[in-house]
Amino acid sequence: MPRALSAAPTMDHLDQLEAQSIYILREAFARLKKLALLWSLGKDSNVMIWLARKAFFGRVPFPAMHVDTGKKFPEMYAFRDTYAQEWGLDLRVEPCPPIDAVDPTLPPAARSAARKTEGLKMALAKHGFDGLIAGIRRDEEATRAKERVFSPRGAEGNWDVRDQPPEFWDHFNASPPPGAHLRIHPILHWTEADIWAYTARENIPIIPLYLSKNGKRYRSLGDQDITFPVASNASNIAEILAELESTKVPERAGRALDHETEDAFERLRVAGYL
Amino acid sequence: MNMRVPSAAPATPNGTTRPQVSIVIVGHVDHGKSTLVGRLLHETGSLPDGKLEMLQAVSARRGMPFEWSFLLDALQTERDQGITIDTTQIRFRTNAREVVLIDAPGHAEFLRNMITGASQADGAVLIIDALEGVRDQTRRHGYLLHLLGVKQVAVVVNKMDRVDFGQDRFNEIKTEISAHLEGLGVKPVAVIPISARDGDGVAQHTSRIRWYDGPTVVEALDGLEPAKPLSSLPLRLPVQAIYKFDDRRIVAGRVEAGELQTGDEIVIMPAGKIAKIKTVEGWPQTPVTAPQGAGRSVGITLDRELFIERGDVIAHVGREPQAARRLHARIFWLHDQPLAKGDNILVRLGTREARGSVVAIEKAVDPGSLSNEENAAIARNHVGEIEIALTQPVAVDPYTENARTGRLVIEVQGRIAGGGLVLSIAAGKRAAPVDIMPVESALQPQERADRYRHKGAVVWMTGLPGAGKSTLARALERRLFSRGGNPVLLDGDTLRAGLNKDLGFTPEDRAENIRRLAEVATHLARNGQIAIVAAVSPARDDRAAARRIAGDLFREVHVATPAEICESRDPKGHYAKARAGALQNFTGIGTDYEPPLDAELVIDTATRGIADATDELEALLSKTGVLFDDIADLGANI
Repeated sequence: MPRALSAAPTMDHLDQLEAQSIYILREAFARLKKLALLWSLGKDSNVMIWLARKAFFGRVPFPAMHVDTGKKFPEMYAFRDTYAQEWGLDLRVEPCPPIDAVDPTLPPAARSAARKTEGLKMALAKHGFDGLIAGIRRDEEATRAKERVFSPRGAEGNWDVRDQPPEFWDHFNASPPPGAHLRIHPILHWTEADIWAYTARENIPIIPLYLSKNGKRYRSLGDQDITFPVASNASNIAEILAELESTKVPERAGRALDHETEDAFERLRVAGYL
Repeated sequence: MNMRVPSAAPATPNGTTRPQVSIVIVGHVDHGKSTLVGRLLHETGSLPDGKLEMLQAVSARRGMPFEWSFLLDALQTERDQGITIDTTQIRFRTNAREVVLIDAPGHAEFLRNMITGASQADGAVLIIDALEGVRDQTRRHGYLLHLLGVKQVAVVVNKMDRVDFGQDRFNEIKTEISAHLEGLGVKPVAVIPISARDGDGVAQHTSRIRWYDGPTVVEALDGLEPAKPLSSLPLRLPVQAIYKFDDRRIVAGRVEAGELQTGDEIVIMPAGKIAKIKTVEGWPQTPVTAPQGAGRSVGITLDRELFIERGDVIAHVGREPQAARRLHARIFWLHDQPLAKGDNILVRLGTREARGSVVAIEKAVDPGSLSNEENAAIARNHVGEIEIALTQPVAVDPYTENARTGRLVIEVQGRIAGGGLVLSIAAGKRAAPVDIMPVESALQPQERADRYRHKGAVVWMTGLPGAGKSTLARALERRLFSRGGNPVLLDGDTLRAGLNKDLGFTPEDRAENIRRLAEVATHLARNGQIAIVAAVSPARDDRAAARRIAGDLFREVHVATPAEICESRDPKGHYAKARAGALQNFTGIGTDYEPPLDAELVIDTATRGIADATDELEALLSKTGVLFDDIADLGANI
């Protein structure tokens, strides 16, 4: 019924982010035939799974795929096995090829990370997904800032940054050409601080490695051998948020592959890395 | 970018929260957008430690003087070309605002990226080189801001150092750009003289622009207001999907305007069916009792079972949008191929996807030169006004009544090619809301399933004329009947003799023919029958529509007999007539059959006998849970 005055509770910043992400997830589910959500086990993809449960009223109606390099921290594997069950996920663990199968001209850490791209390509070929939901954010890294919400990939999984289709008014290009697939980025518009504030508000479980131990914590989690902790005394989420308020250290400072050469990360992404 | 990341609800010294605004910086290429961005980040203390020094070192290593724009040109390809190729998003804060800065490219080549960026903005900064003045791309971007609905525009006249900070030159440009923008209905919030390279006018007034007493760029940003949700307008809930994950039938979507709550009497447009909101569903808590306002993604259940689908719009009774098949729109065009009269297009309005055609082009303008063109076509990066005829009615508002439900995008070959505003709804007739109360069957689905040993389904056979669809359909019908089932054959031509005899063979009529077939078949399937449809159904879109209507009941079977063999069979003599030119719009000898990309089953009757093919069809129905395994069921009856 028409009401004279608005009785609806106002939406705060996190409410707005959440509503937009849910909209994107539902668009992906409506418009693509075979979706999977890429679960890296990190804080961002955990928020994404939570959002998917909100979007679809408690169940995630597509598989959660973990492309496993085999080199994650033990805490990450424990987290995966516990919550895959608790959250009722259709978990698919997909392996990565050995390092020899990867472009030897890449610098060492990037080459190691590129195994994941190869693993992803193998998983795509195996399952024939036409859409992969990924938890990247614009504020993480310069090339990710240029992403679309629905981002077409070539048959080889490659990203053509020069020829991205227009995307506006929440209308998405959802018809990948034959052989290609789409990456869908429901939390592209979130920041690192948004992720933590939402994690705290919704009480979403996290891997303890994010919290300070002996003056160090991980800000971003990847493979054990190419991910390093940053100096921090933040031992709970409120302290993490306070730390982010003043820090000028970039989020991926502890990810070796970002710092090898000026363009290492971009080369990875053009080849299909997340 | 690796910029400082603010927290979600940043506190100012007095404990209040800064509103967040998104802004876009637009203007002609090389007028200094990236330089202004770099300077803004520096002046507001937003650069990460060491970033400036790192870029200065990179410049020195390359033997180039340092430029502020290097901050944004993080991609190697960009540095090589010397232009910003895509939008980026950077955050910083001023005294009063949390700013998300969207940098959009000025190069005409990348207008689609400028639009992508600007469409997300609450406000815009339009930058003009003091030396070069207003250029094509300045005007074009001004025009697009108007079409994109960005109303708060600050103009900066940059590179004032290159004109010795001359007030006369500034005033000349100010007069020209103000006239242009005001002609479009956009009043600039400020026109500011600056030197982005040296910092004058960006965060502070300097002695070199003493004659200027308006706001600095940072002060102008402080005055921008975030977009407000359209809570005070009539309810608009475009339907994204219907979920049946459990015994609830949840209608999901985002409230684009107004608000809703349990008990509201609603009307589903364009059909005009009436229902009540039974519950508002949520997770982890459900049901949700508070009213849900504009901007919320929601899920509701209704008090009755109505046919409702993605693309419908839910509104309150008496305040519903119009149902229209003809729209008048002002659009911008981004595709290489100009948009011409007669073109078939796909229109997206909210979550609705509708096919249609351009019946008239009333204006075609190059917004750069503002020259009117011959009204034959709208070229790439140009704008115009068009009349669109749709094959089905859609729920729509003029954009002056609702900016969110009054805009559309146009897709060509699966890619967004343009967009614009609905100016008016031509020949639109308001559908009178009808109170439809379908009578439910007396029987439970399980009762029928127990008798027939199968569930309901729609087996949709598509393929060229002569491919063997009807033959196979009849064989399957016989097979299912023999095992005690309840199949029914719906042949395209048979229905055309009666129910569909008002329809011809134009694309619109074919679409309607398929819709009716799908509705009838779905009704039968919902009542436990296996509806076997044999219809050429050449258009992929039409079959997709049939799949949407039937939902999980749908099984698509492509009878993929090679074209030569179909023609040699010619059971109805149609190929011969078409070859002789006596049959218009015949599918088969042309190239207008669009084969399915993902049919549940593909059968080539040239290489496979009827019995074999029928086995395969039966196996498909068993595998997908339509036919029950007799042995297990016998066991259950003992």
